[in-house]
Amino acid sequence: MNIFETITLSLTAIMRNRLRSFLTTLGVVIGVFSVILLVALVSGLQSFITDQISSFGSNLVFVIPGQVTGAGRGPGGSTVNRLQFQDVNNLKRELKGKADVSTVTQKAASAKYNSKISKNMTISGVEDIYPKIVTAVQTAQGRFINKAESNSGKRVAVLGPTAVKNLFGDSNPLNKTITINNTKYQVIGVIKPRGAAFGVDQDNSAFVPLEAQRKQFGIDQPNAIYISVYKTEDINSVQAETKTLLEKRVSADDFTVQTQEQALSTISQITGVLTLALGGIAAISLIVGGIGVMNIMLVSVTERTREIGLRKALGARSKDIRNQFLIEALTLSGVGGIIGIIFGVGIALLVDQFVFTTTITWWSIALSFGFSMLVGVIFGVTPAIRASRLDPIQALRYE
Amino acid sequence: MTEYVNMPSLIKLSNVNKIFQLDEELTFQALKNINLEIKKGEFVAIIGPSGSGKSTLMNILGLLDHPTSGSYHLEGSDVAHLKDDHRAQLRNQKIGFVFQSFNLLARTKACENVALPLIYSGVAKEVREKQAKKSLDSVGLSDKYDSKPSQLSGGQQQRVAIARALVTNPEIIFADEPTGNLDSKSGVEILSILKRLNSEGKTIILITHDKNIAGNAQRIIRIKDGEIEK
Repeated sequence: MNIFETITLSLTAIMRNRLRSFLTTLGVVIGVFSVILLVALVSGLQSFITDQISSFGSNLVFVIPGQVTGAGRGPGGSTVNRLQFQDVNNLKRELKGKADVSTVTQKAASAKYNSKISKNMTISGVEDIYPKIVTAVQTAQGRFINKAESNSGKRVAVLGPTAVKNLFGDSNPLNKTITINNTKYQVIGVIKPRGAAFGVDQDNSAFVPLEAQRKQFGIDQPNAIYISVYKTEDINSVQAETKTLLEKRVSADDFTVQTQEQALSTISQITGVLTLALGGIAAISLIVGGIGVMNIMLVSVTERTREIGLRKALGARSKDIRNQFLIEALTLSGVGGIIGIIFGVGIALLVDQFVFTTTITWWSIALSFGFSMLVGVIFGVTPAIRASRLDPIQALRYE
Repeated sequence: MTEYVNMPSLIKLSNVNKIFQLDEELTFQALKNINLEIKKGEFVAIIGPSGSGKSTLMNILGLLDHPTSGSYHLEGSDVAHLKDDHRAQLRNQKIGFVFQSFNLLARTKACENVALPLIYSGVAKEVREKQAKKSLDSVGLSDKYDSKPSQLSGGQQQRVAIARALVTNPEIIFADEPTGNLDSKSGVEILSILKRLNSEGKTIILITHDKNIAGNAQRIIRIKDGEIEK
């Protein structure tokens, strides 16, 4: 009996019990679906953060509050920010000639021009060297904040394209005066579009001089310090100097100094752990699906005992019977795997379109499908062998 | 039975014993020293009350079971201790079974039921279908190719089962109480089909507990307490 006959036979049996086969398959569908979707979500998160970090220029060293370790607690949470603006100034003095030191403050606010309004804008307080550090920020029209404006804290603003659209429509925004939370700013430039990340439009934004924002909003602490090192070979020494300088004032536990490379590896460590944890949980649901397949196959063997006996009496070899049931189990889990892939990839694409970045990885598709087939073999083999070993005389007598 | 004397023997059992191990200590001897010869083309009835060992004898003759000791020659070769797969192949090629309870696959067309043994002989689908239809024609069911067992009467179902037994063109047909689940009119029909098949050259072995039914055979072998009565 050839393999195609066996497949036809198994498919016929599956189609005879449509609802039962569907429900059994559903377990595997959910397993494969969740593996693919969860891995796509975590990978999306990873590539988003990686892109953000990579959007900074190279040779960058960060100072952020608290301790960051791959396996331990992450940034934020209960961490107390002990960084001060005086640290920024001290670093500037210390690293002069080796690196540019800068900081950024951020506030959400609304801007108005005449009767038009742009809500929930991200207003960043930056220094003139900001575009050198965050290379993704490029001026499309007009110019960026200059050194004089940066030092004096003059009220000028560089807008993101969405903010321009909200406030000016198609008319020229340059040299117009807008108000951000009742304070007037003169528009001097527009940056190139950067798109949305995690549902937040990065282009509904404005850049103003750091000093201007500090005065307007009364900000007394920096969130992070960025150090752009001139020469690649100086990165390590700058990192060490920064540490030494900061430790004179605060404890080593209060801040983390990381290079861009270290930051990337920290992120990939964190997302790696996340992928394993979430993928692992999803894989458990695949095993549960496999148990469902085994259960239904055992029921099927018992139900069809007489049929098995008859087939054997008519000339089926044990191997034929075993293959028939094994292929049935494999079909249930394989079809479940394919449906799971379709749904997993489909939902991941929808999420990517409407909610936030997901990255569909080939290895998660291959792994979850392979795993579902493996589950089919592992959980199908016992019922199939049981069926193949039935004694035809006993089986024919079975009521 | 003189007409068969010079024919080669199709089946030859010599000193066959079958002992079942019921538990660690208890054994049951179902067949005792059976010697039996059946010639090609014979219509033999094996008769005996329930528990006499006739089913065990049929299982051994039908290659569904091994004898504990003794030899079984089918067409001259010893088949008593063949491996399972080899016996399955012989059952497929040489033997057709007709059971008391028909044993048709439910929700499966008559034609597909009949074609079932051919799947295991590796016959292509189109050929299987053609042969199955021919076989159904030979038992008078030309209009029932697509009927499922639930749409057929008992007598019709047993005719489908006979068609299935015939489809591989076997040497021997084993009929185990073939009329046991049928009304007397259908029973007569089935027996007349078996007689016709015998007249066409098939060897028929009928297993029954009913003397009247056994009367259809040319030779009756009586079995009691695991022994053939002389």
